[in-house]
Amino acid sequence: MTSTMASAPPGAWARFFDGDVWHSFRSSPVAIAAAAIALVCVFCAVFAGVIAPHNPFDLATLELSDSMLPPAWMAGGRWTYVLGTDEQGRDVLSALMYGARISLLIGGASVLVSTVVGVGLGLVSGYAGGAVDAFIMRVCDVMLSFPSILIALLIAGVGRALFPQAHDSLAFGVLILAIALPGWVQYARTVRGSTLVERNKEYVQAARVVGVPTLRIMRRHVLPNVLGPVLVLATIHLAVAIQTEATLSFLGVGVSPTSPSLGTFINEGNKQLFSGAWWLVIFPGSMLLLIALSMNLFGDWLRDALNPRLR
Amino acid sequence: MTAVPTNEGTRTVRPLLQVRHLRVEFESRRGKLVALDDVSFDIAPGEILGVVGESGAGKSLTGSAIIGLLDPPGRITAGEIVFDGRRIDNLPFEEMRRVRGRQIGAIFQDPLTSLNPLYTVGRQLTETILAHLPVNPQQARARAIRLLQETGIPAAQARIDQYPHQFSGGMRQRVVIALALAAEPRLIVADEPTTALDVSIQAQIIALLKRLCRDHGAAVMLVTHDMGVIAETCDRVAVMYAGRIVEIGPVQSVIHHPSHPYTAGLMGSIPSMDTDRERLLQIDGAMPRLNAIPSGCAFHPRCPKAFERCLTERPDLMSAGPTRAACWLTSATARAGT
Amino acid sequence: MSAVPPVEPPLVRVFDLAKTFDVSAPWLARVIERRPVQHVHAVDGVSFSITRGKTLALVGESGCGKSTVARLLVGLLRATRGRVEFDGIDAAVTLRSASALALRRRMQMIFQDPYASLNPRWTVADIVGEPIREHHLVSPEPDGSNRSVRLATRERVEELLRSVGLAATDALKFPHQFSGGQRQRISIARALATQPEFLVCDEPTSALDVSVQAQVLNIMKDLQRTRGLTYLFISHNLAVVRHVSDQVGVMYLGRLVELADKGELFARPRHPYTRMLLDAIPDIGMSGRARTPVQGEVPNPLSPPGGCAFHPRCPHANERCRQQRPALLALPGGAVACHAVEEGRL
Repeated sequence: MTSTMASAPPGAWARFFDGDVWHSFRSSPVAIAAAAIALVCVFCAVFAGVIAPHNPFDLATLELSDSMLPPAWMAGGRWTYVLGTDEQGRDVLSALMYGARISLLIGGASVLVSTVVGVGLGLVSGYAGGAVDAFIMRVCDVMLSFPSILIALLIAGVGRALFPQAHDSLAFGVLILAIALPGWVQYARTVRGSTLVERNKEYVQAARVVGVPTLRIMRRHVLPNVLGPVLVLATIHLAVAIQTEATLSFLGVGVSPTSPSLGTFINEGNKQLFSGAWWLVIFPGSMLLLIALSMNLFGDWLRDALNPRLR
Repeated sequence: MTAVPTNEGTRTVRPLLQVRHLRVEFESRRGKLVALDDVSFDIAPGEILGVVGESGAGKSLTGSAIIGLLDPPGRITAGEIVFDGRRIDNLPFEEMRRVRGRQIGAIFQDPLTSLNPLYTVGRQLTETILAHLPVNPQQARARAIRLLQETGIPAAQARIDQYPHQFSGGMRQRVVIALALAAEPRLIVADEPTTALDVSIQAQIIALLKRLCRDHGAAVMLVTHDMGVIAETCDRVAVMYAGRIVEIGPVQSVIHHPSHPYTAGLMGSIPSMDTDRERLLQIDGAMPRLNAIPSGCAFHPRCPKAFERCLTERPDLMSAGPTRAACWLTSATARAGT
Repeated sequence: MSAVPPVEPPLVRVFDLAKTFDVSAPWLARVIERRPVQHVHAVDGVSFSITRGKTLALVGESGCGKSTVARLLVGLLRATRGRVEFDGIDAAVTLRSASALALRRRMQMIFQDPYASLNPRWTVADIVGEPIREHHLVSPEPDGSNRSVRLATRERVEELLRSVGLAATDALKFPHQFSGGQRQRISIARALATQPEFLVCDEPTSALDVSVQAQVLNIMKDLQRTRGLTYLFISHNLAVVRHVSDQVGVMYLGRLVELADKGELFARPRHPYTRMLLDAIPDIGMSGRARTPVQGEVPNPLSPPGGCAFHPRCPHANERCRQQRPALLALPGGAVACHAVEEGRL
């Protein structure tokens, strides 16, 4: 009863590495550099607990006598604190890694929420059409007429007012929501456009003629074909989300001071600027810049690489 | 008028267009792809030559190469194109632009994108006329109106100031033909001019093209996949396969007495209006992709009559009665004296 | 509608089928700019029947509504008016009921564009296997394991691929690895997966090269013979229609103007539009013959001519043609919707 089934053709990984996208990556130094930097930052953030030289949040290890030390290569600096310390004696380098972790966590979660909501609504809007489509698109239009920072501030402020004694996890949730809410709109619009195109294609019509239920068509036929641009959007949106979180934290409505992010550090460092401790602002700021820039560049390259015209 | 030996024997007039051993290659990251391989043919003044072939045969590419509109990374790597005694394939851009507008006109497939939607039809016509002919604007406009009338557009005086979107598909194609003829070219390259049109309009357009080109003394290179259009319009036809010409000759001979097995297969697979067959003749397999062109004769894997020589040696166009075919069979029969 | 009454009821019967599309501007624009509500009568009262095992071809130029008829028949569009009967069952009612799936099994569709009719991200095995899975056509082995269902489905898929001239190894490839003709064969394999009785083919070979078209048409004819399939074949190519059909219907601006057996239609076309169409086709066998020049173009479907839709282009039009729409009249050998024919002027 067994038929002689053919040996599997090259698996997905083999096909990927033979494809045009990987080739384009290899031949683009910018993309490789951006990807490398982003990977290093993510690695540091994930393994901060292991590789950071100090734990800046363990109050027991802090020594006030070591506060306000400049970076190691300057006069008065020490190599145990490579990038200097702040007014509480916290090591800047370690703080960067822990801060990056918070920033990436919040940024990543926001993008995830945005993507799920945006893709879902875009898919429904594009496939259903009619009144549903019109309604969702009007909601998008309304949301786009507000600057995203304003919306984020609004939600963060309201959240704070409602739950003044909230502990970290709730604050995180509110913050993630605040960043995700303005963000889902562009996913919805992009996916809606692609869905409109794919819905009229004959393979979708063939599935309808076969009798496949609508939800299954949307999930198994349309969704895989509209995700391409979403990947590009998500990469660039990650950079934006991290910057938004940093802005909110800088303004004081972001994360609580007990789990500071890069934005919090920039904020605190800003206050110390006039005392000449430039390293408290420059290093967190540069880290933020590096993460955002590398994500942006990678997203840029990805958009070109996935361009169907070049395939 | 000198007697010049051409591909088809001696003629008493110089051929308008001579393509000699043209080779077009594309650089891709998987290597060099040969899209046109040693293509040679002539077009006499006022003649209508059809270039027919299936997708990927290279017929559109031949047209593009002649007009000088090859898209990079494609480029001509060998051979020459001689127009009216002058080489045009290696001209600098400015020179080629002058030749292209004045001596060679072009008609493309999609009338929607051939015309600039932002300019009136009259402006596009007069612009072309003024660019290439020594006339003043009033004369150019009168000429444009006359051209529109010739192409059968009613109320040309009024419609000359309308925009392309105000014309229907068939009308637009007529405007495109008028535009191609505006500078009185000697050669028109038409790439699938009727494919995007309805059947009843197709007949009108090809009749128009034929008549106007006769009236204006322009030769036509008609590129299409539709054999019926070729049968109605052309004097001679060249059949292309995998970047090569496999048969060339007078239209009726190629259609009714093809020498090359591919041409025979092609004719047999076209359902015709006047014959009733149970099964259409089919050529198994498909045209080879550019990166997998067989050695020797490119058609041999699909040919019912292939023999050993076909696998190793590539045949050139050889005389086979009224046509010329790139097939070892013809030389065998010729040698056998049949 | 042939001269000899059929021995059994036709498999497919269509009565006064119509579909109107609302192509008005969006509500806001209409209100502000005072634009009228606009409708396109894509299909305007079409009736025909198809005998089991035979092929009816619908032919016409762009905008005649033949593709819309195809979509109405398989339930992709909902009719504005009229009835479609499949084996005596009212198709529209059934497709909205619980037995929709059972009806869908019996009729399937093949589309025109070989590049858009297969999901580019699915393997051929998934594509051809989807109808089998959807309709649970493979019963599990006594041990009820998933694995046996998967294996059995795969075997059916390979068998279907072989029946259209492809190899079993093709099941694991993706659509982009195939040529246009091969993709169309995959579409045919998918359509046959549920062992349907009726296939609607919407210009299945129009996008293919001539030699590939010959392959696909031959396969379709073979399959019809071996499986007793009934086809509705949509095309604009009269030569292809002549090759595949038993009966031919000519459509113009949403209406059926002539319906006849193939031999009759091509030998003795009656409607002026049919004659014009047959005359106009560039054909390799009949080049150089004298022709009546074709006049005019297909009018804008948003504002079709009153009375007989063809009258502006018809050399035989009279006052009645301008006012009154002709009904499809049954005549010996076929049916024609033309006043001139009815009045004996033609």
